[in-house]
Amino acid sequence: MDNVGIIGMASIITAGITIAIGSIGPALGEGRAVAQALSAIAQQPDEANRITRTLFVGLAMIESTAIYCFVVSMILLFANPVWDYISPALGG
Amino acid sequence: MSIKDLSPDDAVLWQWEFASLNYTILYTWIVMALMVLVSWLATRRLTSRPQMSRWQNFLEIVIGTINNQIRDVSQQKPERYLPFIGTLFLFIVTSNLLAVVPGFHAPTASLSTTAALAILVLVAVPVYGIAHQGFIGYLRLYVHPTPLMLPFNVIGELSRTLALAVRLFGNMMSGAKIGAILLAIAPLFFPIVMHALGLLTGLIQAYIFAILALVYIGSATQAHDTRSRLRAEHNTARAEAD
Repeated sequence: MDNVGIIGMASIITAGITIAIGSIGPALGEGRAVAQALSAIAQQPDEANRITRTLFVGLAMIESTAIYCFVVSMILLFANPVWDYISPALGG
Repeated sequence: MSIKDLSPDDAVLWQWEFASLNYTILYTWIVMALMVLVSWLATRRLTSRPQMSRWQNFLEIVIGTINNQIRDVSQQKPERYLPFIGTLFLFIVTSNLLAVVPGFHAPTASLSTTAALAILVLVAVPVYGIAHQGFIGYLRLYVHPTPLMLPFNVIGELSRTLALAVRLFGNMMSGAKIGAILLAIAPLFFPIVMHALGLLTGLIQAYIFAILALVYIGSATQAHDTRSRLRAEHNTARAEAD
């Protein structure tokens, strides 16, 4: 297999593995956070506003790890810098 | 702009020597023009009577809500933070929500725009901190528990700026990309659903960006004196009660 094929295969497989493994942790974390927030709201409905606001900020911070993985896999798929190195004609 | 372009930076509309006009700059200008136009229309005939115009009513609700959120989160008077935080929120929310308009490419889906906004926050934190508790008082925050924490505090300041930029960029870019991919494989109904979801994500991300900027600024301005101020207020309240 030539260089282009190897790089393409490695990029695609790595992009898939990146987003697959990288979304496991945030998914578990967000599930736990939402479950805790729901039980907290059930116990103290008066504090629902504050809990919801904190929950959203926390969810966004948890989710950013998954977003990093997504950005890396998008770069691997659509803006892979190695393509330019191998062949400027292929670059995209 | 094709599906292969990661950000609207790559789609160059017009180029002359060093100057080039890409989608990001163009749509940033459009958002700015829209916001200036709406603000001008709304504040043209301000009145304090109950019969106010709809635009003034709308803007008063928006500003009042932002003020309340700032007061709740930072536990300080909102007037100092409203210009910065409110502008950040309104710009991001306008460009995120306009993404449902056909042909509009949200400028926040470009890493350049979000990096610029995050750098604004990075600069605003020491500015507010120094204005609030002086140069020495602000620098003392970096060695707060012990001087051993100095490198970690500096690294934390930089990494949270990176996180702020990449979070907004990743969310908005993924919304646009998912829409484009779905348009290719299931063009009938599903892109609309994902666009509706994109409205929600865009609103939440704008809120998150503004709240995080406020939390960072708030942590730089209220670190030391809050406890002493609270104690002083408590003492005066008790003295008045006596």
